[in-house]
Amino acid sequence: MSNATKELLFKMADDALIIGHRNSEWTGIGPMLEEDLAFSSMAQDKVGHAQALYNILHESFGEAEPDKLGFMRSESDFKCCRFVEQPIGEYDFSIVRQFLFDHAEFIRYDLLTQSSFTPLALLAKKVKGEIKYHVLHGDTFFKQLAQGTEESKARMQSALRDAWHLALGIFEKSEFEGELIAQGIFVGEDELRNRWLAKVTAIVEAAGLQVPDTNESKIELGGRRGYHSEYLKPLLDEMTEVVRLDVNAEW
Amino acid sequence: MNSLDPRVNRLDVSKTMEGELLTNSHLITWEVFHQDKRGKQVVHCGIVHANTPEMALILAKEQYARRGKTTNLWVAKTSDVYTFNSEDEDIFETTPEKVFRDPGYYKVRDRIEKYQQQNKINV
Repeated sequence: MSNATKELLFKMADDALIIGHRNSEWTGIGPMLEEDLAFSSMAQDKVGHAQALYNILHESFGEAEPDKLGFMRSESDFKCCRFVEQPIGEYDFSIVRQFLFDHAEFIRYDLLTQSSFTPLALLAKKVKGEIKYHVLHGDTFFKQLAQGTEESKARMQSALRDAWHLALGIFEKSEFEGELIAQGIFVGEDELRNRWLAKVTAIVEAAGLQVPDTNESKIELGGRRGYHSEYLKPLLDEMTEVVRLDVNAEW
Repeated sequence: MNSLDPRVNRLDVSKTMEGELLTNSHLITWEVFHQDKRGKQVVHCGIVHANTPEMALILAKEQYARRGKTTNLWVAKTSDVYTFNSEDEDIFETTPEKVFRDPGYYKVRDRIEKYQQQNKINV
């Protein structure tokens, strides 16, 4: 049980840390003052979720302290999906990523409120409201831009196409999938993907855009097994630049 | 010149400066009202720029409700708020002089204490 649960915790924590870091890259250069602040604040929430998940790994499984897990592991130890590693791009891509990623997060945490692993069920209940706001933010911006001008509509459709097979990589299964389901820890990535697809399809179509066709062979896999895109390593180098100056410094 | 902040380098400021600097003058403003407890008054706290009430609400949430306790937020178009003309400010001019409307004006504390002493009442 413990290896399966650890795998789930690591991939969730790494997703949250990396998307949090990525989205924080908009701080100071957001499209307008209010949105700059809102997007930065949500990025902070994500880093907070990562911290809470690393803390469960530390307290329940004897892993290193959260700061060490976040900053001192090598690239191949990270279990985040490739979707969260991608550069922020233009705001259309960042909003489409938030929209697609946070719907998956919301459903995942909602399902985890029923987990047989109590620390995770408690955390899921605690942060559900935060993620609900992230989803509301993503939905509102997505709809607004999809129904804005011809240009904004075209750009959202194009960003959706660029993001689609990366987003499906969220649901890459680990070797422990069967064990997680059998032990009631998590209902599994297939169930999550089905629920997510139904939810985002309804919103994309209501916004007047088309859901891209899914080609299973094009889904960007590998992240969950430590095989990452070219973008993760530079991100980790930048994120850990200061902490590596003096790894034992007290903050 | 490269900035020490990697985000600024990614922004490519030189390109932005050559092109048009977009303003958000096309966005209207919304007045934001904050309520910290169910049933309590909803207090004006500031404005946000947005083009729809939904956008105004999601932006107001992080501007005005990211710290401390909140139960709800209201937003209303600034243009929907009716006010007095600023040159009519004189209609309020003498109000501060009407101290008899202020409970603090009635200094009864010393009379209560005198009564308590006379009647040997300990509070």
